[in-house]
Amino acid sequence: MPADRTDGDWRPALARSIVLRHDTVRGADLLLMPERAVRLSETGGRVLRLCDGSRTVGDIVAELGEAFPGAPLDDDVPEFLDRVRAEGWLR
Amino acid sequence: MTDAPWALLAELTHACPLHCPYCSNPLELVRRDAELDTAEWARVFAEAAGMGIVQAHISGGEPLLRRDIVQIVEAAHDAGVYTQLVTSGLGLTSRRLDDLVRAGLNSVQLSVQDARAESSDLIAGRTSFRAKERAAGVIAAAGLPFGLNVVLHRHNLDRLQEILDLGARWGADRIELANAQFYGWALRNRTALLPAREQLDRAKEIVAAHDGSGPEIVWVLPDYYEGVPKPCMGGWGARSITVGPDGTALPCPAAYAMPDLAPPNVRDHSLAWIWAESPAFNAYRGTGWMTGPCRECPRRETDFGGCRCQAFALTGDAARTDPACGLSPDHHLVRDAAEAAGSVAGSGFAYRRPPPVR
Repeated sequence: MPADRTDGDWRPALARSIVLRHDTVRGADLLLMPERAVRLSETGGRVLRLCDGSRTVGDIVAELGEAFPGAPLDDDVPEFLDRVRAEGWLR
Repeated sequence: MTDAPWALLAELTHACPLHCPYCSNPLELVRRDAELDTAEWARVFAEAAGMGIVQAHISGGEPLLRRDIVQIVEAAHDAGVYTQLVTSGLGLTSRRLDDLVRAGLNSVQLSVQDARAESSDLIAGRTSFRAKERAAGVIAAAGLPFGLNVVLHRHNLDRLQEILDLGARWGADRIELANAQFYGWALRNRTALLPAREQLDRAKEIVAAHDGSGPEIVWVLPDYYEGVPKPCMGGWGARSITVGPDGTALPCPAAYAMPDLAPPNVRDHSLAWIWAESPAFNAYRGTGWMTGPCRECPRRETDFGGCRCQAFALTGDAARTDPACGLSPDHHLVRDAAEAAGSVAGSGFAYRRPPPVR
């Protein structure tokens, strides 16, 4: 996968095999997939909830910026999304 | 407090169209008229979700033999559980799969016995390969996450590359290479199934040489040959609950064979009590029960002493170190069998032939 997919056109969405679910027992967001469950950090879950295929990466950064003013989102969010895409969990 | 479980193996029925010599269902099968009904399964899934279970394997036998399979999957989905259908593929038409997907089914695991029709049918004990091929087409066309499971043994290991090619051709996302495990029915067929070490060495080379393109490959440890036991079920009562067709709840699907376990039943107890309180789920939980070399072993939190069911099957004492471990005083029980496998000719299979239904 090219690393430059986090360009202006990419509108990240969860891969078809993935379900994002809040687990009330563990108090955490999980990515569920065949044979595996991945526990997300609170911010990780927050970012991935915005990955619904309608928002660009820029939109996601802007929306999070309202909740976390001053955080280094311009670097951290695209890097996180690239990592999740490399796992095959985002398309 | 006991950590919450992650997964539920729901064995809806022991009825099955196949007769595999390594069948993982217990020696004594549950009759169809003793099976949990739709409402009972719905309650099990609701309770499971409430205690933290997020994954369910909808299995059997052949779960598609349940006429209420769609309602059962729907109940699991409604409870918020990620579902995987574990099937032989027989009876999986596109119409059936569409209904299941509408009910919320998330993924499918299909079994195949070998890469070629003739040998796959020979192992399954009936004509089935072409039906599996059609089922694979149906799963791939639906775009569902698709896992292919192949039990490996002396009669198919030499075709591992063909098996991998088949999985890629059928459109699998994941191929589970499940080296045969020897409990229950498979233990009866151990002489016929145990591979020669050279067969395994060649298979491992093929897996190691895989370039990472195509389906993901999962290699299940052939524990008779490794000298280290497998971390069975991630530890007894640590991650997963098995519920059998009649509601029997077990920490491991092979634990039916332990006569003193007195497994609880979901018809009598809540799943939460079964998980946290029942003597059966606490019997080998943690490390306090350990004996012999396990007690002081630095790997005791890594492999949990191996498999309790294997320790019981081979030594008669489930609390002994798994004989698959090179440190076990009983290790000769697996080593001798594994070494003999290179020299003996494979004998015929004792096929699984369940009694006629009702």
